[in-house]
Amino acid sequence: MSILSLKNVTKNFGGLTAVNNVSFDVEEGEILGLIGPNGSGKTTIFNLINHFFPVSSGDIIFKGNNITHKKTHEIAMLGIGRTFQVVKPLKRLSVADNIMAAAFSRESTFEGAKRVTREVLEFTHLDHVAHQKAGGLPIAGRKRLEIAKALATRPTLLLLDETAAGLNPAELDEAIDIIRAIRSDLGITIIIVEHIMKVIMNISDRIHAIAYGTTITEGSPAEVAANPTVIEAYLGSDYH
Amino acid sequence: MHNDKFISKSEIGIFIFALVLPFIFDFSPYIQGLLIFVMLWVVLGTSWNLLAGYTGQVSFGHAAFFGIGAYAAGVPFFLFKVSPWWGLLFGGITAVILGYLLGIVVFRLRGPYFALGTLAAAEILRIAFGQEEWLTNGHNGILYITTWVSKYPYYFIILAIAAGTILTVKVVMRRREGYYFLSIREDEDAASAIGINASKYKNISMGLSSFWAGMAGAFYFIYMGFIDPETVFALHNISIISILVGIIGGVGTIWGPAIGAIIMVLLQETFRSAFFGFAPQWVSGMHAFVFGLLVIFVILYLPGGVVGDWDLIKKKLHLKRKSEMKK
Ligand SMILES: Nc1ncnc2c1ncn2[C@@H]1O[C@H](COP(=O)(O)OP(=O)(O)OP(=O)(O)O)[C@@H](O)[C@H]1O
Ligand SMILES: [Mg+2]
Repeated sequence: MSILSLKNVTKNFGGLTAVNNVSFDVEEGEILGLIGPNGSGKTTIFNLINHFFPVSSGDIIFKGNNITHKKTHEIAMLGIGRTFQVVKPLKRLSVADNIMAAAFSRESTFEGAKRVTREVLEFTHLDHVAHQKAGGLPIAGRKRLEIAKALATRPTLLLLDETAAGLNPAELDEAIDIIRAIRSDLGITIIIVEHIMKVIMNISDRIHAIAYGTTITEGSPAEVAANPTVIEAYLGSDYH
Repeated sequence: MHNDKFISKSEIGIFIFALVLPFIFDFSPYIQGLLIFVMLWVVLGTSWNLLAGYTGQVSFGHAAFFGIGAYAAGVPFFLFKVSPWWGLLFGGITAVILGYLLGIVVFRLRGPYFALGTLAAAEILRIAFGQEEWLTNGHNGILYITTWVSKYPYYFIILAIAAGTILTVKVVMRRREGYYFLSIREDEDAASAIGINASKYKNISMGLSSFWAGMAGAFYFIYMGFIDPETVFALHNISIISILVGIIGGVGTIWGPAIGAIIMVLLQETFRSAFFGFAPQWVSGMHAFVFGLLVIFVILYLPGGVVGDWDLIKKKLHLKRKSEMKK
């Protein structure tokens, strides 16, 4: 059964159609890659799913419920977690307190939230920086904190927006391991946006490709990589 | 933050000290009055700090809550001769209701617009309470013969209110509410993405903050025996003082506003009395000017306030002492 369905979703910003009649399903337990050149509308799709912006038209169905008009915090409570491409750490709070704040979404007691925080810190390998201020973390740490905050809300679906961008090779491998473990150990379904082809091709079960806000193809990583339209869309741009 | 013991020994020590203070020294009524004002400003500063310092909603209109609390004690007395002491029950609640209604409007605004919205609300109340003479006796104010001549009982009452305010902040900041306040302050969008209903928790913060400001207002009427709109809804003497106490002591720290209140009252009195009569009389008009300078200094050099930047201050003083020793 699909856990999330986008049905003919369109988003206009004034005269610009950032997302144009996009439809796709995400199956429970899978990792769906969402790819497309810069400005093709990937982040906007995430912003529509968690209702940072209202859709211009179309519907978003999560676990059988129409969530198109739900508020951002309600969608988080229904079980959709997300990371931000432009990271949003709670800067003046420690890493642990960032996660505590998220953990309180499911835990009403201080002790409960603290237990979840400890688990998440360990899972995301952030325990050694737990007491640093989030604003002072290097980029790899901040990207990981995005994942940690989202995990602390105990999501069933996780939207990862370029959490591997700007990492060095060692950090990249660590990030890939963590993302894999999110699915295998925690059983969380994932939609992942990533420009780094090594990551997206390795990690995704299926890939949905867009350009100029419009779907160009969907299929297995091998199928999508061989698709002429995809190759054309990426040609001449600065991809890895 | 969450590893500290909930109430430390030194905090208990401070409270006991404040409690026995009037028994140790034989203060003149003038000093007793100053102590009461310190406590009053502790309440205002701490209340402001909860909303502005911890939740990031910088109010420029805390006089609205203070004033409405004062009139919650004053109006029933003026109209029906109901004892103003009931104000200690109704003052806080009335302010919470005002805060909720105000929140519907001002929480649609962010940053400077929120500040202006709250400022406007207090100003509107000041003007309205001056106009509606049937209800408030207008600019003539409401007069009441205070219960006691001695100031000591009032000191203990305002001390209890101050302790209640600080305790509220301490309790809240260890709970879900506190973490949500901080998240909203840091980044409202990030907060909503982790499931935080920002408008609900802003309302809760406003409710707690306005409650204690309203209690301070009710106390003010009981203690002073006189209120008028110009005094209790004053922009400079209430709204701005709440902000200054918070900023100078340390925004987003538990004890900042308490320290800020002591510094501010001392400074204000030193100038108002023209250095206790040692300086020429014109100095007494300078306290607002000095507050302004102090705020500029604190924002530039101690953005965390005296409490928030205490380590920095200690280091500076320490370095100075060392370099003096070398000489
Ligand atoms: N809030 C907004 N207001 C106006 N236009 C926007 C807004 N957000 C995005 N856009 C526009 O929508 C288009 C899609 O942007 P989006 O950020 O979704 O692309 P993306 O695929 O995530 O790109 P990238 O790979 O660079 O992250 C762009 O043309 C962008 O300028
Ligand atoms: Mg993007």
